[in-house]
Amino acid sequence: MSEPLLMATGLEVTYGGRRTLAGQRVDGVKVLHGVDVAIRRGETIGIVGESGSGKTTLGRALLRLVDTSAGEIRFDGTDITHLPDANMRPLRRRMQMIFQDPMASLNPRHTIRRILVEPLLLHGVARDRQQAEQRVAAILERVTLPQACLDRNPHELSGGQRQRIGIARAALLEPDFVLADEIVSGLDVSTQAQVLNLLKELSTDLGLSMAFISHDLSVIRAICDRVYVMRQGRVVEEGPCERVFSAPASPYTRMLLDAIPLPEVDPDWLWRVSGNEDAA
Amino acid sequence: MTKPLLSISGLSAVSDRDGGAPILRDVALTLERGEVRGLVGESGAGKSTIAKALLGILPRTVRVTGGFVNFEGRDLLRLPQKALRDIMGSEISLIPQDPQTALNPGRRIEAQLTDGLRLKRGLSSREARARALTLLEEVHIRDPERVLRCYPHELSGGMRQRVLIASAFALEPKLVVADEPTTALDVTVQKQILRLIRGLQEAHGTAVIFVTHDLGVVAQICDSVTLLYAGKVIEEGRTSDVLSNPRHIYTKALIAAGPRYDRPDAGLTPVPSDVFDELRHEIRLHDGSRPHV
Repeated sequence: MSEPLLMATGLEVTYGGRRTLAGQRVDGVKVLHGVDVAIRRGETIGIVGESGSGKTTLGRALLRLVDTSAGEIRFDGTDITHLPDANMRPLRRRMQMIFQDPMASLNPRHTIRRILVEPLLLHGVARDRQQAEQRVAAILERVTLPQACLDRNPHELSGGQRQRIGIARAALLEPDFVLADEIVSGLDVSTQAQVLNLLKELSTDLGLSMAFISHDLSVIRAICDRVYVMRQGRVVEEGPCERVFSAPASPYTRMLLDAIPLPEVDPDWLWRVSGNEDAA
Repeated sequence: MTKPLLSISGLSAVSDRDGGAPILRDVALTLERGEVRGLVGESGAGKSTIAKALLGILPRTVRVTGGFVNFEGRDLLRLPQKALRDIMGSEISLIPQDPQTALNPGRRIEAQLTDGLRLKRGLSSREARARALTLLEEVHIRDPERVLRCYPHELSGGMRQRVLIASAFALEPKLVVADEPTTALDVTVQKQILRLIRGLQEAHGTAVIFVTHDLGVVAQICDSVTLLYAGKVIEEGRTSDVLSNPRHIYTKALIAAGPRYDRPDAGLTPVPSDVFDELRHEIRLHDGSRPHV
């Protein structure tokens, strides 16, 4: 079998470590303790965990947005762990990110047109402005937004519309890999279902590999092939979603699942204490 | 039959900022003593506006255009400020959404927990402190002496939410308004907090208005539920009836839209556009019959 598109082995990330002027070492806080992740072509993996589990740091490390203190990251056969910025730049187009808060990630002073057209020209994905505009028009239709959106600013759109712009922006650059970090956590359920379905379709159509970070196991179950369950900077369980969700091997995964309230009345649910809840 | 604790009728409100757009449309709601009622809806449904009306903290931009909020024979909308202040905290209290900002960062937990006990119940400092310790034990804080000496930033989010729950129940109110109290918390902490609220509520016979967007939370903690859309009550009833046998197509659609870890093929159905057409139609009919709104 061919090598995964994106693979990390023994990944460690430490925040805040430094050397003082006197040359003394100050230890930082280690937030990832040797994590292994492999994402095959066309595969969507989920990274799930509670706050402080290191899921966001793991995502950022995979994209080389934070420095790693140990371990190796390989993208499409190349070791990118310590690749200089100049050599990273051509890869940046191929590794895109969709952010949690589209209001914070879209420039409020730019029109949607500018937000979508500029990266196409910058990365040379489109020949000229005319071709870029054509592609933008096509993707808008794809994410079911009216063309009139193009002349708006981000704040004039609803949360769900903004998140679809975030998806369109990433997809336009024809990436191989997309990282989506908590992209539906601020949305209403009805909007959330639309955005997730759209993402699912796009990733299938474009053959994307995707890492989907969420604290919500139900969302992960809905769109991922495999899942990594993280706790305190370590992967406590990994496997295909069908298996992990129906027969979790780790008591921690079991506890996370038991803590999800389902929309069916279950008079005992509230009083069922699972595992070592207080330690969570 | 005894009188209900709370009875809201015909409550309508408009936003002065949005050119008089209606935000509550003829809302009616009756709450019995000791009942836990879920107030659900998506953003803009008006659930928080109702909660704020109950607490007398409606923003200036919201103008009530009609209706009554009757709490034990007193209309909260027409009560003088002084009388309203006497009720708030003492008979009606709040568990806020955001445990990070709801506590005063410059005062120790002890000061914040004992204020109400001293000022509204006339306890001495020593009595108030003893009561505060008991309250912290009731919300399962293991080292209450230490927590009393802490400033809010020294506590985790879950611990702060426990302190706020202790504070909401401190004066033995008849009604607690919980405004999305677990939205910012991890699921495992959420479950502990829900258990805590339900436990205290049962022990003290307190009625609770629980504002949430999560039908799962409603199913596990609420006796009854009111579903809102655009400020209008769409469906209400006992939680088990509404969830297992929803009457309105919007309720059905919302249940089907939520993803479920246990039934991956069941959830994630987007709300069909004809459901929204139907909702818009109902709202037009409603607004049309009330030209003054």
